[in-house]
Amino acid sequence: MNDGIDPAPMIRFRHVGVRYGVGPEVLRDLTFAIAPYSFQFLTGPSGAGKSTLLKLIMLSLRPTRGTIEMYGSDVARMTEAQLTMVRRKTGVVFQEFRLLDHLTTFENVALPMRVQGRAEASYRAEVIELLQWVGLGDRMHVLPPVLSGGEKQRAAIARALIAKPEFLIADEPTGNVDPTLAHRLLRLFVELHRLGTAIIIATHDHSLMEQFEARRLVLGDGRLSIEEPMGLEEPLP
Amino acid sequence: MSENMRVALPVDTQERFEGASDSVSPSAVPGPLRRQGSLVPQRSIAGRSLVMVIAIMTFLACLAAGSAHLVSRAVADWTASIVSEMSIEVRPMPGRDIEADVAAAAEAARNTKGIIAVKVFSRAESEALLQPWLGTGLDIGDLPIPRMITLARDPNAKPDTADLARRLAAIGPSASLDDHRAFVTRLSSMANALIVVAVGVVALVLAASALAVGFATRSAVALNHEVVEVLHLVGADDDFVAREFERRFLSLGIEGGFLGAAAAAVCYFMAGILSTKFASTAAAEQMEAVFGSFQFGAIGYGLIALVAAVVAYSTAIVSRLTVKRRLRSMA
Repeated sequence: MNDGIDPAPMIRFRHVGVRYGVGPEVLRDLTFAIAPYSFQFLTGPSGAGKSTLLKLIMLSLRPTRGTIEMYGSDVARMTEAQLTMVRRKTGVVFQEFRLLDHLTTFENVALPMRVQGRAEASYRAEVIELLQWVGLGDRMHVLPPVLSGGEKQRAAIARALIAKPEFLIADEPTGNVDPTLAHRLLRLFVELHRLGTAIIIATHDHSLMEQFEARRLVLGDGRLSIEEPMGLEEPLP
Repeated sequence: MSENMRVALPVDTQERFEGASDSVSPSAVPGPLRRQGSLVPQRSIAGRSLVMVIAIMTFLACLAAGSAHLVSRAVADWTASIVSEMSIEVRPMPGRDIEADVAAAAEAARNTKGIIAVKVFSRAESEALLQPWLGTGLDIGDLPIPRMITLARDPNAKPDTADLARRLAAIGPSASLDDHRAFVTRLSSMANALIVVAVGVVALVLAASALAVGFATRSAVALNHEVVEVLHLVGADDDFVAREFERRFLSLGIEGGFLGAAAAAVCYFMAGILSTKFASTAAAEQMEAVFGSFQFGAIGYGLIALVAAVVAYSTAIVSRLTVKRRLRSMA
C-alpha cells in the first residue's frame, strides 16, 4: 500500500500519438502518469480512443510518436524478455473476455501460471481457491462456450488476478453484467486496490464511476483530460 | 503451498459472488485438472491433411533411401566377388600351340605370390561357356575359341599383378591378364551416381515436406492469431508460443513419419519375400544381378526409421522457426 511517499510513476506517457495507417491521429499528444497503488477510471464516449489507449498500456500496440515508460524503462527500447516481464506484472480483463474456448475454466484461469513454466501441482490449489472465491468452483471443468456472460466475466477476472499483478487493466468490466454484479465487481476492484494493486478501469458507465470517487482520465476527440478526485477516496456504500 | 504464493483475496469483502465458497482444504483438491491439452486448438490445424502429406513424403524419401541402400549393398557384393578373382585369356594364334600356352600361363600364375588357386577351363568347358549365346547342336570344334584361366586371390596378400603380366608377356602375345579393375571402376561410378541421385531425391522430398509444414504453420498462426495474442498478454514469451506450436506439429510429424516409414518398410519386406519366392526365375536372377539379394536387413530398416525421425524432427524445427519468424513480423 501507499506509505505516503509519492512513488515514481509506474507508467508515464509523454506526448504520445497514435494513428492507423495514413488516417488522422486517434490519440493526440497524451501526457500523463499512472502511479503504483493508484485507482483510476478511463472514460469517454465511444470511439474516443479508450481501447487504443488500453492497447498501448498493455503493450499490444506501439505509438506512432512520443514515448511510453513502464517501470522506469522506455518501452521502445525494451527487449522481448523485458516486455514479457512487464506483461507478467499486468493483469488484463478484456471487455469481450477473450477466454480460450478450447480450454476449461480451470485451464483458462491457470494460463498465466502455465506460461511461466510452472508445474500444475504448484498452482492447482491456488487456482481452485480463486475459482471458488469468484463462485466458479463447480464450473472449473466447463468450457467457456457454455458459461453465462457473468461467469465468463468472473473467469476473466480470475485469470487476470491469479498471477498477483501489480497493475490491473479492466476494459468495460461491467458492460455485460447486471447492475448488482457490476456493483460486486467494482467492490472487488476496490478491495484489490486497497491490497496494493494499481487499477485502471475503462468504462463509459457514469453510474459505476459515481459509486467510487477516483481519478478520471477522460478521453475526448483523441485528447486526454484528467479529473482528480475532490477528496479522499471513499469506500463504497 | 506457502501463503505468499497465494493470490491476496479481498477477505473483508462481505458480499461474495453467487456460488462462492470458502478456501478449499488440501484434501479437497482434486487431481490434475489440466487435460494436458495443447494451447493451440487441434482443430485449427489441418492435421489430417498434413499427416497425409508428411506420410507420403516420408514414404517417397524412404523408398529413395532404401534404393540407395540396396544399390550400395549390391555394389559391395559385386566388388567383393569380382576383385576376389582375376582371369587370364589365352587366344588361339596362328603358329602357336594353344595348349602349351595355356599350360605355361597356368604355371606362371601358380608361381605368383598372392594367387591361391588356379582353374584352367578345358576346351569343352570354354565351349560350354558360349552355349547361352550360340545355342546347342552346333559344331564349334573348328572355331578359334579363346581359353580361360581363373585365378583366386589370397584375401590376406595382394598379388603381384605386374610381375604376372610380365611373365605372361614372356610366354607370348596370346596370353593377357585381366584383373577386372576397369570393370569395377565403371560399376562403382555408375552405382555411386545412382546413390547420389537417390540422396538428392531424399533431400528434395524432405525440402518439399518442410515447405508444406512451413505453409501449414503460417496458416495455423494466422488462424490462431487471437490465441497467440492472449498468450502474449498473459505473459507468454515468443519461445513459449513457438514451443506450443512445435509440440503440436511434432506430434503430426511423428504420426506422418511413422505411417510413411511403416508403408515403406512393408513394401521392402514384401519385395524381399517375393524375390525369395521367385528367385529361380530368369527375371528374378536379372533383378538380383542388379540389386543384389533384395534382403533389406537391419541397416535398411534402421535407415527407414532414421528418415522418419528426421522428418518428424524437421517438422518440429520448421514449425518452431516459422512461428518465431511470424511472431517477430507481427511484433
